[in-house]
Amino acid sequence: MRKKHIQNIGFAGLFSCMFITLFALGLIIFFIGVRGVRVISWEFLTQIPRNGMTQGGVAPAIIGTLYITLGAIIFSLPLGLACAIYLCEYSPKGFIVNIIRISINNLAGVPSVVFGLFGLAVFVKFFGFGISILSGSLTLGILALPLIISASQEALLAVPQSIREASLSLGATKWETIKRIVLPAALPGILTGVILSIGRIAGETAPILFTAAAFYMRGYPKSIFSEVMALPYHIYALMTEGVHPDRQKMIAYGCSFILLFIVLFISGIAIFIRQRQRTQHA
Amino acid sequence: MIRMKEKLYKWIFTVLAFSSLVFLIGIVLVLFKESLPIFSQVSIGKFVFGKSWYPTYSPAEFGILPLILASAWVTFGAALVCVPLGVGSALYLNELAGPKQKAILKPLVELLASIPSVVFGFFGIVIVTPFLQKFFHLPTGLTAFNASLILGIMATPTVCSIAEDALNYVPKQFREASFALGADRWQTLTRVVIPAAGSGISTAIILGMSRAIGETMTVLMVAGGAAVIPHTFLEPVRPMTAAIAAEMGEAPMGSSHYHALFAIALILFLITFIFNIIAEIISRRFRVKLGLSG
Repeated sequence: MRKKHIQNIGFAGLFSCMFITLFALGLIIFFIGVRGVRVISWEFLTQIPRNGMTQGGVAPAIIGTLYITLGAIIFSLPLGLACAIYLCEYSPKGFIVNIIRISINNLAGVPSVVFGLFGLAVFVKFFGFGISILSGSLTLGILALPLIISASQEALLAVPQSIREASLSLGATKWETIKRIVLPAALPGILTGVILSIGRIAGETAPILFTAAAFYMRGYPKSIFSEVMALPYHIYALMTEGVHPDRQKMIAYGCSFILLFIVLFISGIAIFIRQRQRTQHA
Repeated sequence: MIRMKEKLYKWIFTVLAFSSLVFLIGIVLVLFKESLPIFSQVSIGKFVFGKSWYPTYSPAEFGILPLILASAWVTFGAALVCVPLGVGSALYLNELAGPKQKAILKPLVELLASIPSVVFGFFGIVIVTPFLQKFFHLPTGLTAFNASLILGIMATPTVCSIAEDALNYVPKQFREASFALGADRWQTLTRVVIPAAGSGISTAIILGMSRAIGETMTVLMVAGGAAVIPHTFLEPVRPMTAAIAAEMGEAPMGSSHYHALFAIALILFLITFIFNIIAEIISRRFRVKLGLSG
């Protein structure tokens, strides 16, 4: 009988852990959802800020986030994918590949603010790109690089060796095998990884603090060398700068709502694809 | 002709792969290069163990002990939140949730792991801070406690997700053997499954803490920002990441302050690097122990 009691108490404990976790995170989404949605209007999504950030919209910040994220992916996707293909298909197996794999894993765990400093020292200062879309995109791209490499590598490794051998035995060359057989088979996995990285970098703030972001801009950025407003930075700046904290707070609720919506939507797609694959394989 | 083309492709991939490695190695080199100048002014010992951080005074003082301790307190506090919640949730998902429930909850947890940190920081400022201030009668709600709480909640999905993967790797036969010996589910869980997945769970915890210690925006917004050695959880603190993010904008390029902030980033980098290496070693042993591929 006592045994049964212990088991019930233990299971109740585990249930409450799950419950508290979902409750706490749900609370965040609930508060931002309910209060943020009141701020959202057509004007809020399409206008530039007016009257010292207390009226108008946040369109430049939304556009800015799109630019930076797009730039980061354009830079990191080909590089990351090529790196993964090299590591899985071309490189001699063994010690060196292991070292490279471990260091890539480790770089995925480097704090994002460290990437920001790297961007500041290299892109802003050394290459002289200044605080700009270009610097911010490159910095975020480097942050995304290890994520894309490890996701693509995992997807490529999951392709059975036998398909490769079958293709080679039919007389296909190595590159033909990779292009026609391996990449199409690994595509869903690679795509999931890439979409997840997009969701991650769209919400990153620390790397663009000193490489791209501006609190206020007149109108929209004109070239890849202009500073840019970005949603995540805008939320931070609204809460820490400016002279109308109360009215700025409402704008920040709106921005958080949009950012949360974008990120959860993007990640949701990736997680949905992955979940479907998992159930298909199982 | 075909052979030429094949060689060309191989070369293209090799070059691209190594150029991405150059970027990654570049991060380490830049951190060293930009932080070394500060150590000609302050010895490493004084930098790490110095008790006062007054980078803009003259003469300036560059002692980052208050920042290191702040990071340690906040990370420790976050661990108190995210370890029980994350591991508990993982056990729930693995042991109690049915297949249908798990098919919904596991992706949901992964989705929640993608909430941007600035949103957590914002939530901390507008909701948690006023609440804590009233509840504890504090002059300010922006404290180490607040930062720990938010960081802990934030790291929970990460810990849960990785720990659940580890639990999944425990072979079914372990459980069946335990049941066959007459153990009930709770005994099987605590004496067979958890010990078998122990190192996988520790990997999850280490990675969660590594995420917490490197987290920037949340602590920048809710930790309060006072660069003094904390005595209780209810005081404002300034963790290392917050110091870098808050001060880099004002530090003139090439000044001692600038180099000191890079040195903090270097130390942060080394700490997370060590955390991740430990996690890697433990998880490798875990796989060998369970007879999975090393």
